[in-house]
Amino acid sequence: MAFDPLPPSFVGRALGCIRGGRAVFAGLDFAVAPGDALVLLGPNGSGKSSLLRVMAGLLRPTVGAVLWGETPAAEDAEAHAARTHYVGHHDAVKPVLSVAENLRFWARLHEPHLPTATRAVDGALDAFGLAHLRDVPGKMLSAGQKRRTNLARLLAAPSPLWLLDEPTTALDKASIKVLERVMADHRAAGGMVVLSTHQDVDLPGCRELHLDRFTPGGDEWEDEE
Amino acid sequence: MSRFLEVIRRDLRLALRQGSDSIMVVTFFVLTVVLFPFGIGPESGVLERVAAGVLWVTALLASLLSLDRLFQADYEDGSLELLVLTPTPLEVVVVAKICAHWLTTGLPLLVAAPVLAVLLHMNADGFVTLLLTMLVGTPILSLIGGIGAALVLGARRGGVLLSLLILPLYVPVLIFGVGAIDAAVGARDATPHLLILSGLLAAALPLGPWATAAALRQALE
Repeated sequence: MAFDPLPPSFVGRALGCIRGGRAVFAGLDFAVAPGDALVLLGPNGSGKSSLLRVMAGLLRPTVGAVLWGETPAAEDAEAHAARTHYVGHHDAVKPVLSVAENLRFWARLHEPHLPTATRAVDGALDAFGLAHLRDVPGKMLSAGQKRRTNLARLLAAPSPLWLLDEPTTALDKASIKVLERVMADHRAAGGMVVLSTHQDVDLPGCRELHLDRFTPGGDEWEDEE
Repeated sequence: MSRFLEVIRRDLRLALRQGSDSIMVVTFFVLTVVLFPFGIGPESGVLERVAAGVLWVTALLASLLSLDRLFQADYEDGSLELLVLTPTPLEVVVVAKICAHWLTTGLPLLVAAPVLAVLLHMNADGFVTLLLTMLVGTPILSLIGGIGAALVLGARRGGVLLSLLILPLYVPVLIFGVGAIDAAVGARDATPHLLILSGLLAAALPLGPWATAAALRQALE
């Protein structure tokens, strides 16, 4: 699962975001090179989710731009979607579809070639310890199993850029270890990971971005607290 | 193209396993039409006169019933975000979802309509035209309805708001649908009405998904 020999890096320039009339962050720059991991840190409401949604293209930044190499990601939304996996707060698991059916649907949207997609889905189920649950309908899954089904999308269709919004929520220790290994393999193959977390996730050589430093007027806000 | 079919297949499978929506829509259609003979009396002359209007108005309301679930379930469980982030234009995904919606709600209405027409003593000359108007008209209902369903995402009491938004837009379909059937029953030429209805479909086919996709993007911001 190797990507282009020298894929371009993923860059944000002078990003600013206003949500509900409040400036969440401003003047934010980031850069993720192939094989890199970026961890977003900050208290609740500091804009971690907003930044990830901006990176995914779900949210337009109020100012600034997200670039893939030299080209703005917003210029070709489909190409950006093809190279991105976004894991948000919701698990997008349909209650009446089985684990394998849920996963195959998302895999087929990224990888229309059926045999490739089927093989990748089987591999992803094995990697996240879901093989014995493959025919279990989504409504029978626990929160942690749903989360693992959602995370299995990462492997069910290869994409270089992973955007993970608190991916460890509801996961047990063993599953967090699995996720850490999957992310390490992904980075070794030249992939990029951006994740936000409140828990300790072991990402060797990752860089940290403290979002509270980009909160406009953050100091006064802290004084009020 | 395979992504388009994949979305249709998934929505049909969901509809088949959950089952409730299609059955609910057809049952509502049948029950409401059956109420009319009780309400306005069984004289065949009166029923025959109102048959086309009753069938079309009831079909509009029945199709409205199923609309608020069109995007709501995907919106709530996060699937919609991922559908927006697929390497396909969102408009294509929307057309696929609307096709699936028509197959699960519009098509059953089309099948039920002639049976109910018999119940209302509709003149036999109007049956073919009734089917034709339903065939052209019900996809327009799904296409226009998709815009409303996307606009009310995340709103409280979305269902009521949806009917206020969408029912006025359904009026042209109603006018020309009923007009065509009345013309056929009165031994006049129904073609102009059918052509206008087809024109409405031709306009709704690109405009509906385009507006729906824009509303969905807005809902997710």
